[in-house]
Amino acid sequence: MSWNWSVIFDSLPKLLEGTLLTLELVLLSLLVGAVLSIPLALMRVSRNPLIRIIPLAYTFFFRGTPLLVQLFLFYYGLAQFDSVRESMFWPVLREAYWCALIVFTLNTTAYTTEILRGAIQAVPSGELEAGMAVGMSRALMLRRITLPIAYRIALPAYSNEIILMLKGSALASTITLLDLTGMARTIIARTYMPIEIFFAAGCIYLLLTFIFVQAYRLFERRMLRHQTVGGSAGAATEAG
Amino acid sequence: MKSILLALVALILVSGNAVADKVRIGTEGAYPPFNLIDKAGKPAGFDVDIAKALCKKMGADCTFVTQDWDGIIPGLLARKYDAIVASMSITDERKKAVDFTERYYSNSLRFIAKKGSGIDPKNLKGKSIGAQRATIAANYVEEVKGAKAKLYDTQENAYLDLSSGRIDLLVTDMLPGYDWLQSKQGKGYEFIGENIDIDDKIGIAVRKGDNKLRKSLNKAIAEIIADGTYAKINAKYFPFSIY
Repeated sequence: MSWNWSVIFDSLPKLLEGTLLTLELVLLSLLVGAVLSIPLALMRVSRNPLIRIIPLAYTFFFRGTPLLVQLFLFYYGLAQFDSVRESMFWPVLREAYWCALIVFTLNTTAYTTEILRGAIQAVPSGELEAGMAVGMSRALMLRRITLPIAYRIALPAYSNEIILMLKGSALASTITLLDLTGMARTIIARTYMPIEIFFAAGCIYLLLTFIFVQAYRLFERRMLRHQTVGGSAGAATEAG
Repeated sequence: MKSILLALVALILVSGNAVADKVRIGTEGAYPPFNLIDKAGKPAGFDVDIAKALCKKMGADCTFVTQDWDGIIPGLLARKYDAIVASMSITDERKKAVDFTERYYSNSLRFIAKKGSGIDPKNLKGKSIGAQRATIAANYVEEVKGAKAKLYDTQENAYLDLSSGRIDLLVTDMLPGYDWLQSKQGKGYEFIGENIDIDDKIGIAVRKGDNKLRKSLNKAIAEIIADGTYAKINAKYFPFSIY
């Protein structure tokens, strides 16, 4: 077979344009997801079953259905209702960009909520008892003990979620968005060179993942430095 | 057995003028409304009506042979019939194997928009236009200046976004588009603008070098167009010209 390098170089600017959209969608949804997941995870560990059930139903749906199905239901499904099209939300829901961003955010929030829930439940009870013993309020304990420890426990699992989200974002191309995958498919339709273009797109995804993983490792090393042998004593006291 | 059947069919079809040329027409019979097998088991449809009209003009006795699509050119070369009237697009690839007459219809693209949208197909600046990815329609949409192209994985999704109003109009193959307009979902929509020529011409294939038949078919095509027979057949199937 003849391998065509020039088509890869020619389409690189377009592919990078798509990469920007991919990064934008992924980073924004991860950011919002990280914020929204805190109250949801706390609700998930509430003693009150009525409060517990709300985030449980939400994460059950979003973790239990494929992202593609969620995207289709949200983008094509909602738009079939006149009441949605006549509502004040339509200017937002009309745009594929916002639909993708909302669905990605809801999806990653669900996973992050469950990661964080597990981490909160894994906070050693001795730490909490210590907090109570020195007379901390519940809010203070949450801020100074539960969440800092839970975040450190959750860190390694959360890196998986980032990578899954990056790859899942390829589905944006199914609702007309020209993200990295959408751009690649559009170029393929014009050049009839699927192998070369998908190869190039795959390399860009790989590169993005590599950068993510490296940056995350540095971040993790810093946040978890109390666990490493010879780590700073200050961090150890802070966490303990 | 097959030849006996053919002879029988020929006998039935041969009416008054027994001295006329005999022409056997190959068709597929599985591409409605262009060619199909009717309830009586006989070939029917647009292609067949056109073929009959041509035969009448040429003063030829025509018999029809149905043949599966993938064997339709080999069947012509093996002399099972003399001409293929089966909605065959004239392509360079096929021209290596057979000769074609002039077109007897053409496949074009059309815009579809909401009824009464008032969209001017000559000025699509700022409009968002849908099409199915990796089709001729998609290539066309990407060339429309000042418009926003939206590409879909399936034609069905493009129709969904047309009905939700996310796109102002879409471009599709005319005849499948016409099918959709006839459906319940397509009721509130219409073709706008003229046919968009994509150079997809449908012609009659004959064996290479069979110039006598090709020329008389060409002459007959011109004649049925000139005398209105073509328009009459066209109107039986489509309310717009597909020539």
